[in-house]
Amino acid sequence: MFVLIVGAGRVGSTVARAALAGGHDVSVLDEDPLSHERLDEGQSTSWEDAGGRFTVGHAIEVEALEEAGIREADVFIASTDGDNTNLVIAQIAKRRYDVDRVVVRVMDPARASWYAEQGLHTICPTQAAIAEFREALEV
Amino acid sequence: MYVVIAGGGKVGWNLARELIGKGHEVTLLENNRRRYLTIEEELEHAVQYGDASELWVMERAGIQRADLVIAVTGDDEDNLLICQIAREKYLCERIIARVNNPRNLQWFELLGIQPAVSATDLILRLIEHEVPSYGLVHLLDLPAEQLEIIEVEVTTGAPAAGKAVQQVSLPEGSLIISVLRGGKGFVPNAETVIEAGDEVLLVLDPGLEEAITEQFAPNGRAAG
Repeated sequence: MFVLIVGAGRVGSTVARAALAGGHDVSVLDEDPLSHERLDEGQSTSWEDAGGRFTVGHAIEVEALEEAGIREADVFIASTDGDNTNLVIAQIAKRRYDVDRVVVRVMDPARASWYAEQGLHTICPTQAAIAEFREALEV
Repeated sequence: MYVVIAGGGKVGWNLARELIGKGHEVTLLENNRRRYLTIEEELEHAVQYGDASELWVMERAGIQRADLVIAVTGDDEDNLLICQIAREKYLCERIIARVNNPRNLQWFELLGIQPAVSATDLILRLIEHEVPSYGLVHLLDLPAEQLEIIEVEVTTGAPAAGKAVQQVSLPEGSLIISVLRGGKGFVPNAETVIEAGDEVLLVLDPGLEEAITEQFAPNGRAAG
């Protein structure tokens, strides 16, 4: 599988490394060149030497998305730090590029649940945290 | 009319003021605290503090009863999302979005957010209008209706120059609707002779620009 991950923060970079280790082709797009360091963190070889791809560019720019390989992507993960950016690029991946599996991180539970109802596969870390806190507090 | 405006920058604030002046009910949403407090001194209860892309902020502003939602923040993703949610979740019939970066216009079109207004595009069109070397000027695009209205200045030696309208080989799907000559406009008939220097207005199907340029201004781009 070819996995394109947009946003190499803690979540994006860790998922990227796991996907690469799992034998998938992985391309990462981030506007910050320094985010590359997170991909190399704790690894014996560099991200590229391990077979990964890295592109610097803004998430909603066509050139950046295409350079990062969105046309060939089987899986698209939107994990930038902006909910609205993630929701927009996820819809671009689905509607313009017809990517098979699109997964999008949305911090705001309200937007996450509404867009899930519209058919987007959303992941809401805030909702997960709320659930864990409630479990810990038994409320 | 009740109007919700997202984004209290120069555009949003001035729009709110103008609309209130015209007697409309307006709620302006601004998520920068200091900016909000500045605006609040003038607009008072017509401005609310909060991130307009949060559903509860939209609901507090009464988006369900809004006749028009205008998203004019400085962030295109925010404007896209606000308009999409306003229309698809809250069933607001009329929306207007601001496009900050004209390269993002395609995403507004992809997600069906219309009309999307780009100041850069508007100014570029004015430049085209003022600089005749462009040859052909888009006056109006109606993408949903698949029609455009363009203006072209007839160059000396163009195939159409000196010909009657009925003799000009216009591509199928185009029509001359008016001619501007010596500062005056008129609607031509089949016998009207097109002269070099005329500004001709045409309505056409999209994609015929090149065929039109060939007839009226084949050397238009090179000139000037």
